[in-house]
Amino acid sequence: MSRRWRQRKGPRRIAGAAAYAFLLLLSCVGHAAWAVPTDTIVYQTPSIFGPHSGPAHMIYNLSLFVIQITGTIFIVVGSLLVYVLVRFRQRDPNDDSEPPQIYGSTQIELAWTVIPVLIVVVLFLTTARFLFAIQDQKMPPAALDVNGVGHQFWWEFQYPKLGFTTANELHVALSTEHAPMITSLGLLSADVDHSFWVPQLFGKIDMIPNQVNHMWFNPDKAGMYVGQCAQFCGVEHAKMLLRVYVQTPEDFAAWVKNQQQPGVQDPAVAEGRQVFESQACSSCHVVRGTSAHGKFGPDLTHFMSRDTLASGVADNTPANLKLWIKDPDYVKPGSLMPAMQLSDDQIDKVVAYLTTLK
Amino acid sequence: MADSTLPIGSAIDLTPPGEVYGTWLDVVQDWVTTVDHKKLGIMYMVYALIFLLVAGVEALLIRIQLAVPHNDFLSPEVFNRLFTMHGTTMVFLMGMPLIIGFANYLVPLMVGARDMSFPRLNAFSFWMTALGGLMLYYSFIGGVGLQGAGSAPDVTWWAYAPLTERAFSRGHSTDYWALSLIVSGFGTIGAAVNIIATTLCMRCKGMTLFRMPLLVWLYLVVSGMILVTISPLTAAQIMLVIDRYLGGHFFDSQAGGAPIVWMHFFWVFGHPEVYVLVLPAFAIANEVIPVFSRKAIFGYPAMVAASAGIGLISLSVWAHHMFTVGMTSAQNAFFVLSTSLVGVPTGIKIFNWIATMWGGKIRFATPMLFCVAFLGQFLFAGLTGIMLSVAPWDWQLHNSYFVVAHFHYVLVGAIVFCFLAGFYFWYPKITGKMYNERLGKWSFWLFFIGFHMTFDFMHIPGLLGMPRSIYTYEPGRGWDGWNMIVSIGAMIQGIGTLVFAYNLVYSYFKGPDAGPDPWDAWTLEWTTTSPPPEYNFATAPVVSSRRPLWDLKHPEDPDSRYE
Repeated sequence: MSRRWRQRKGPRRIAGAAAYAFLLLLSCVGHAAWAVPTDTIVYQTPSIFGPHSGPAHMIYNLSLFVIQITGTIFIVVGSLLVYVLVRFRQRDPNDDSEPPQIYGSTQIELAWTVIPVLIVVVLFLTTARFLFAIQDQKMPPAALDVNGVGHQFWWEFQYPKLGFTTANELHVALSTEHAPMITSLGLLSADVDHSFWVPQLFGKIDMIPNQVNHMWFNPDKAGMYVGQCAQFCGVEHAKMLLRVYVQTPEDFAAWVKNQQQPGVQDPAVAEGRQVFESQACSSCHVVRGTSAHGKFGPDLTHFMSRDTLASGVADNTPANLKLWIKDPDYVKPGSLMPAMQLSDDQIDKVVAYLTTLK
Repeated sequence: MADSTLPIGSAIDLTPPGEVYGTWLDVVQDWVTTVDHKKLGIMYMVYALIFLLVAGVEALLIRIQLAVPHNDFLSPEVFNRLFTMHGTTMVFLMGMPLIIGFANYLVPLMVGARDMSFPRLNAFSFWMTALGGLMLYYSFIGGVGLQGAGSAPDVTWWAYAPLTERAFSRGHSTDYWALSLIVSGFGTIGAAVNIIATTLCMRCKGMTLFRMPLLVWLYLVVSGMILVTISPLTAAQIMLVIDRYLGGHFFDSQAGGAPIVWMHFFWVFGHPEVYVLVLPAFAIANEVIPVFSRKAIFGYPAMVAASAGIGLISLSVWAHHMFTVGMTSAQNAFFVLSTSLVGVPTGIKIFNWIATMWGGKIRFATPMLFCVAFLGQFLFAGLTGIMLSVAPWDWQLHNSYFVVAHFHYVLVGAIVFCFLAGFYFWYPKITGKMYNERLGKWSFWLFFIGFHMTFDFMHIPGLLGMPRSIYTYEPGRGWDGWNMIVSIGAMIQGIGTLVFAYNLVYSYFKGPDAGPDPWDAWTLEWTTTSPPPEYNFATAPVVSSRRPLWDLKHPEDPDSRYE
């Protein structure tokens, strides 16, 4: 009994414990969350050690296993190295005699060939099991389908089954034990390569033109998760920020219901709408139910349902919006939205119009 | 054994040859027209050191920008150019010339030859490489095609299409990038052909393949890899230029081209490239560690086999850079296996180095300090590499700062450390002067501390979700403090590098004479004068074991008895 205990309590255990302690520290940061006015939990640090979906948990568990193995190797070989350096240092600088020359040993070399091979086999089999389980997961017919399209430098999200499109802030439904809900993402790009990465929900999958990649997750905690583009895509790659709102089924249904409506038509802001449609705004932006049909920029039908502007660069307030329309380069240098040279009066009217698009 | 007639002592005049120069123009003409492998080797090394400083400054500017969130020290455009140029410079204008420079200088001396096989090709290769570097940096002036209003490439050093297509990369900066890599690639291929021919055909009498110093063996493997890997890179660059100027659509997604094809071409070059750079670092460790441990290398045949094994396996691992691009699960699994298999021969090497030191009398001179640090750092980098080979985890780690930390651990922690060791180790041979040991120790400790501050802590923001290639980041993500530590460490590394550079210059003028064999070493280059005469050896050496100078110094117990 005691012998077994000693065996288990080997350096591997200690390495594991150390790794856990370190990860605990990191994942605490990952969970640093506070309530925002809308009661949404905000996961501010996108730590890969703070997983909140099935596949992210599997990756996390796999990573713990790998850390234990590599940690053990590091401690064993590292200690050996330090021991050799201390034990066999030259003690007397005037000692010119040469140590005995040893040219090799087949047995020892065979041992340190075979042991790494065995470790590689174990690592490979474990990895393959997780790899196939995550990547080849069958999508249930009831899965929430979303097409994510990367653009320089923003995200388009199409909900083909639900019949609307939005941008930059992905809303998905919470998955619970009683009502499992998988979000199935088809990812591609409209221009150059991008990469979709929300660490707490899944690893990253690239968005490539002419090729649809796939990702899925079933988030287990409601809240707002942050991520950003992870493949360099041009000037503003750093500000291609991403948010995923995981909502309870009721909240999500309410959000969907609103998104499915055409754009609000408020006669009080007809002048703003007229500016929007007569200037070039409408050649890049869609407002469903109006003549604005442009596909180059984000869909603005429910613009005010989003918390941020310009792919997460600024809060969506009328003041910021005004600044953004007046000089996009000031807010996000290198953004592809041109400054339309509108007069202050026109900008005020457009802002008034846009703020009604709830 | 008895026929070991080494040209040491009486055979040649050991006083350094007096240089007879006229005007400075004569000096310039001498260096520009030289076909001497040693002079070309020195030019390669100096060229590499200059670009090390240039790309180092670029790295420091990057780190200043990233020290705090929402910094506006650099504009996004400038930042993107700087990190593209930093990566391209360090790999192609610093790394490659550095490894080829050491090969040029050392391989003929170590195999007992008077020069490389093809001295003119050697000079041609160097000047092609030099032209490539100048072309790349000329883009700062001429990149947009208008004199004075230039811009450097800003498409990252892996330059994924279609960002490099004309629709997304206007002006000429990407053309300079592609053309300079084509040109310097030809230089590299020429150098590889030369090294292979020299090792196979120019060895002195008695030096069988299995009596070659390990450094020469590793360079033979590396040169073979260069031939296999530079070609796809050159092919990809030519396709890119065809796309940009001749209406091709290889990578042009808007016309049905496949961006994935670029990735395969690039990484089938790009990953073996890492081993092309790291095997010469191992080569230096193979020479330095035995000399300062006072023992023969442990398991010479295993070391040769492991190097060849790394060379072969590394050709099949490229798509581990592409776990996120949407390959099938079976494809991903194949590259998981091939990648983690590289760990086996690499492990053999680490164990054999430790076994070489076991039972020795280790002297901690500056070259050995750098090699010892290399061992620990390379162990760590190898293990983070294992983490990255685990495809599902790689989906998280890929393109994050964890990866940036990992490959800098290899490129700096292993390669730069070994080459600094190499510079200190062979400095007395190359210049005839001993470097300043005190400054050497200072440079080591500064560089060592700076390195660990920078790259140990750089892993953490990656684990916390920070992607690479971003010019700034949001506050409150939990990345702020780590980035500040990383930036401070980078400055300390910069100071360490300056101390190193100062030591090279200072010792050249003020250092004491080194003599032919200051380290009591065992390979042929230490039998001739420091610096060696143009013809290297007055009489062709004859060897009968792997350590000819050991045999000479210990006639009672020569190596040849055991091989």
